[in-house]
Amino acid sequence: MSAILKVEGLSKHFGGFTALDSVSVAVEQGERFGLIGPNGSGKTTLINCISGSLRNEAGSIVFDGHEVSRLPAYRRTRRGIARSFQIPRPFKSMTVLENLIVPLQFVGHLKTADAETQAIELLRGMGLADKARTPSDRLSQVELRKLELARAMAARPRLLISDEAMAGLSGSEVDEVLKILFDLNAQGITIIMIEHIMQAVMRFSQRVVCLDAGKIICEGPPTEIVKNGDVQRAYLGA
Amino acid sequence: MEMIWELLPEAMLFGVLLGGFYAAVSVGLSVSFGLLDVPHIAHPAFMVLGSYCTWLLGQRLGWDPLVCGVVLMPVFMLFGIGMYRFYYETFEKRGADVGVRGLAFFFGIAFIVEVGLILVFGVDQRMVEAAYIGKSWELGEMRIPMRMIVAFITALVLTGSLALYLSKTFTGRAIKAVAQDEMALRLMGVNPVRIKQWAFGLATAVTAAAGAMLIVVGPVEPSADRVYIGRTFCVVVLAGLGSMSGTLVAGLILGISESIVLTFFGASWAPAVAFGLLLVVLGVRPQGLFGR
Amino acid sequence: MKFWLSAAVLLGLAVTAAFTVQNEYFFFAAYIVVQFVILATAWNILGGYAGYVNFGTGAFFGIGAYTAVLLIKAFNLPLGLQILASATVGGALGFGIGLLTLRLRGIFFSIATVAVAIILQTVILNWRYLGGATGVQILRPPVTPPFDNYVKMLFCVAVLLAIVAVAIARYVEGSWVGRGLRAIRDSEEAAECTGVPTLKLKLLACVVSGALMSAAGAPLAMYQSFVEPESAFSLNYSVSALAMPIIGGTAHWIGPVLGALLLGSIQQLVTVTISSELNVLVVGVLLVFFVVAAPEGIVGLARRLLRR
Repeated sequence: MSAILKVEGLSKHFGGFTALDSVSVAVEQGERFGLIGPNGSGKTTLINCISGSLRNEAGSIVFDGHEVSRLPAYRRTRRGIARSFQIPRPFKSMTVLENLIVPLQFVGHLKTADAETQAIELLRGMGLADKARTPSDRLSQVELRKLELARAMAARPRLLISDEAMAGLSGSEVDEVLKILFDLNAQGITIIMIEHIMQAVMRFSQRVVCLDAGKIICEGPPTEIVKNGDVQRAYLGA
Repeated sequence: MEMIWELLPEAMLFGVLLGGFYAAVSVGLSVSFGLLDVPHIAHPAFMVLGSYCTWLLGQRLGWDPLVCGVVLMPVFMLFGIGMYRFYYETFEKRGADVGVRGLAFFFGIAFIVEVGLILVFGVDQRMVEAAYIGKSWELGEMRIPMRMIVAFITALVLTGSLALYLSKTFTGRAIKAVAQDEMALRLMGVNPVRIKQWAFGLATAVTAAAGAMLIVVGPVEPSADRVYIGRTFCVVVLAGLGSMSGTLVAGLILGISESIVLTFFGASWAPAVAFGLLLVVLGVRPQGLFGR
Repeated sequence: MKFWLSAAVLLGLAVTAAFTVQNEYFFFAAYIVVQFVILATAWNILGGYAGYVNFGTGAFFGIGAYTAVLLIKAFNLPLGLQILASATVGGALGFGIGLLTLRLRGIFFSIATVAVAIILQTVILNWRYLGGATGVQILRPPVTPPFDNYVKMLFCVAVLLAIVAVAIARYVEGSWVGRGLRAIRDSEEAAECTGVPTLKLKLLACVVSGALMSAAGAPLAMYQSFVEPESAFSLNYSVSALAMPIIGGTAHWIGPVLGALLLGSIQQLVTVTISSELNVLVVGVLLVFFVVAAPEGIVGLARRLLRR
C-alpha cells in the first residue's frame, strides 16, 4: 500500500511562536490513523495546514502523489481531502440537507435534485435522515458532530480528517460516532482521527502519532504509544 | 531644491508631534478593536463627541480644555461600559450573523452621533481657547505651535499610562489575556465579560481625553470623524492589532507622512494619506509591524 | 415566469404614468426612490448574501455619476452607453477593492470601502477638468422621443435598471452562486473546506454589486444637469444603501426593494415637510433599531407572522 498523504518537514510559525517544527509523517491508503498530543501541541495547526486553512511556511504536503501545499483549501477538498471542525461550524442559515448540498454541488458538481438524493442517503448512514429539513442551528451537540462528518463525507473524500469529533460526548454517543468512522473506513476511506478520548483512539487506530510542542515525539501502534515515557510526560507534565 | 531642505526639518518635527497625537487618538481603538475584537467604527465619532463636550464645558464653565478632558473621562468610561454591555448582550452572546450586524450597528451609531452633533451644534467648526493655543515656540529657524507640544506631551502621558497599566497591573494583564485565551481566563476565576466591559470603558475614557486634545490641536466639525476613521484604523492596523508600543510607532509614521504631504502637496491631499497608507498595509502586510 | 410578467407590467405602468401623470414633482421624487431600489439591491448582493458590508456605496455611485459626466463632456455619448461605461468602471472598482481586501477579515473589507470612498472624493476634488469642488454643469442633449420630458424619461430608465438589478439579485440568490455566498456568510472557513471557491465567489459578488451601484449613478448627471463631489459621493448614499436592505430584510431579494420603497418614501416626505438633516437622522435611527430589535428585517417579521 502506498502513502496517500506524505507530509515532510512541515513548519508553521505565528509571530515568534513555533506551532509546528519540521513535522514529517506519512499516512497509508485506507489506514486508520490516530493523532494525539496535549493541548497546544499543534494538532489542529497540522490539520489546518494539511486541509489548507493555513499556509505552511516550509515543507511539503503530498497528497495522492501531488504537491498540494500551494493550493487553496477548496482545491484540496476537490482533490479528496475533507475535514470536520473541532467546534462544529454548520451553515446556520441552512437546513441539515442544504448543508450537505453545498459540498455535493461544489465538489461533486451535481444538480440540485441529484444532490438532494445523495444527501438523504448520507444522512441515513449517519442516523440523521429524520432531521433533514431541520434548520441546522437547532441540533444537539452529537447531531452537530454527525452533521460535521456527514458534510465532510458529502465531499466524497479519499482522506477524512476528524478533529475531536467526540469531545464532550457521552459514552454511548462516542460509540455512535466511532461506529460511523469504522463504517466509513470499511468503505475504503483513509481516516485521520484527532482525539483526546484515549479509549476511542486505542480502539480505532491502527497507528498513532503523538505531537508535543510542534514536534512528533512518538509513532507506532496504540499499545506501544500508551506505554511510551515521552508521551506520558507530555500529557502529565513530568 | 533648497526649499525642500528648508521646509523638511519643520515638517518632520511637526510630523512627530502630530504622530504622537495620532497615537493617543488611536490607542483607544487599539484596545477596543485590537484586543477586544469589537468592530468599533464609531470610535472616531465618540472622540468627536468628546471634543464637543470639551467645547461645551469650556463655554459654560470656562475650564481649560485638558481639564475638561480629564473631567469627561469617568463619564465616558461609564458610557463605554454601558455601550459594551449592550453590544455584548445584543450581538456577541447570540453569535449568529455577528459580523454584518455588529458592523452595521456601529456604523449606524457613528452616523447618529455625527448627525446629532449637526442638529445640536450646527455644521460650523468649533474651537477652544487656552493659554497655549495661538502661541509658537521658536527653535532656531523653526516655529512650533505650542498647542502641538501640549497635545504631544499629553498624548505620551496617556499612551504611556495605558501601556503601563496593561502590562503591570493584574486587570491590565487580564485584558491582554482575554484577547488571547478567554477560556483560560475563565478557568482562573476571572469573568471575561467584566474584563472586556472594563477595557472598553477604559478605551472610551481615553477617547474622551483624545477628543479634548483634538479640539486643542485644531477646530472640529461634526464630520471630522470620517477622516479619523482612516487615521485611527491606519494606525491600529499598521501597529499590528493589540500592540501598544506599535501604536506609538505607527502613529509617528502616519504623522510624519501626513506632515510631509501637507507641506509639499497641500492640505487637500492630507486626508487621503491615512487611507492610502491603510490600503497599502492591508495589501502588503496586513498583520502590521508588531502584529500577533 | 410570474416574476417576468410582473416586471413587464411594472415597466408598462411606469411608461404609462410617464405619459399620463402631469405632476412633475412626482417623477423627481419617484426617480430618487427607484434609484435607491437599485442601490439597496446591489448592496445586498454582497452585504446580505455574502456578509461583506460595503460602507462606501457613495464611492461607487459617485464614480458612476462622474464617468457619465466625463463621457458627456468628452464624447457626448448617449445615456445607454454612459450606463454601460459606468457599470464597467464600477465593476472594475469592485474587483480592485475585492482583490486587495477579500483575503482578510470582513471588517478590513468594510474599512477599505471607506478608504476608497474618501480617496476617490479627494481625487475628484482636485481634478479641474471635472470641475473640482464646484462640480461640472452639463447641457442636456435633446430628449429622445417619444418622451417629452427629461425627468419622466429618466424615471422610466431607472425603473428598467431596477428591474435588471432585481432580476440579477434574484438569479444569484436562487443559483449555486447564492448558495455558495450563503455558505461563505455562515462560515467562510467551513465553506472553503467544503469545496466553495470563496475568493472567486466573493470577487464575483463584489464586481456585480459595484457595477450595479455605479450604473445607478450614471443618470444623475442628466437628472440634475450638474454634478458636484459633495453630493455625488454623499455619505447618505452609503448609509441608505446599507440601512434599506437591513430594514427590509437581507435574506430575500424583495427585502431591499421593500426597504428602499419604504425608507425612500419616508425620506422624501421628511425632507419636504421637516428638514433634510432630520431625514438623514431617521435613517440612522431606524437602522440601529432594526439591527438590534429586528435583524431579519420586514421580510423576517412577515415570515414570522405568516407562520402563526
